[in-house]
Amino acid sequence: MTLWTTVLAASGLAFALKFLGYVVPHQVLDGVIVSRVTAMLPVALLSALVVVQTFTVSGGGLTVDARAAGLAVAVTALLLRAPFLVVVILAAATAAVLRTLGWG
Amino acid sequence: MRAPRLPDQRRNEVLRQCLSVGVATGAYGISFGALSVAAGLSLWQTIALSALLFSGASQFAVVGIVAAGGAGAAAVATSSLLGMRNGLYGLQMSRLLAVRGLRRVPAAQLTIDESTAVAIGQPEPAAQRLGFWGTGLAVYVLWNLTTVLGALIGNALGDPKRFGLDAAAPAAFCALLWPRLKSGDARAVAGAAAVIAVVVSPHAPAGIPVLVAALAAIVAGLLPARGWRKQVLEDPGTPPDGQAQP
Repeated sequence: MTLWTTVLAASGLAFALKFLGYVVPHQVLDGVIVSRVTAMLPVALLSALVVVQTFTVSGGGLTVDARAAGLAVAVTALLLRAPFLVVVILAAATAAVLRTLGWG
Repeated sequence: MRAPRLPDQRRNEVLRQCLSVGVATGAYGISFGALSVAAGLSLWQTIALSALLFSGASQFAVVGIVAAGGAGAAAVATSSLLGMRNGLYGLQMSRLLAVRGLRRVPAAQLTIDESTAVAIGQPEPAAQRLGFWGTGLAVYVLWNLTTVLGALIGNALGDPKRFGLDAAAPAAFCALLWPRLKSGDARAVAGAAAVIAVVVSPHAPAGIPVLVAALAAIVAGLLPARGWRKQVLEDPGTPPDGQAQP
């Protein structure tokens, strides 16, 4: 799959899912289990993405490097109710500084 | 169906809310743009994601999986699983907006966490509609502008690791996850998904561990409901992305 195919397929499916809500009969998506799974999917996926992007190297092996320190700072910032962009910048800055110092 | 006109004061209140959510959300379009070019997507591919896909978490997932060397199919699948909640929002919005015909196309495209959250946060139908369209348009315009800005900045920065951009991606996912962790069950699902991802990761191609971790959500949905059942049933479109809560 080329990058453009990925971009356009993801975009097309994203729109189809949004549009589905406007065209399907209400009871189809109204099921209790569907609601529960749909509410929990972003939680599971985002949590897995955090872990994979922080603790794995290409090839899938596990590691702890400057990204883990960045994540720790991000979590601290979130606990202190920092806004999104501040959280992201602090994490990046942490990793960048640690690497300049020769770690991770 | 035409809703009664809003008094000027209420109208201004709602519009202010739309704009502030638009600005807050637009601000992190910068990080998306920068991460996307760092992941190896071109400027135009980055612009296409913001203009066409237009759903923050899914966009971050696509570039995150591409950056990790994952297969395109895994990126598309993760993006789509994340996008399923927009379908549920659409279901709610189609009731509030009463749109028909071609107007459902822009309505669907603007159906995201933020526009849904602002709309259902209003008590009266006219304000709900204004909140949806106002927030959707404000976020759409600002998100796309800041994406371009971020992509240009990212291109100028060069090596992403030097500036810690590879640490920015998990921080962004963490910030998107944060407001969804209010219930104990959500925290349990997040914990289970994290463990599954760690265990699967050394044994599967990039992108697959995240999809396997989605099983945690499916199992949680099938288990007998506990505390959050009521909450989810009464308000299926629970919390919005990021910090943009009105």
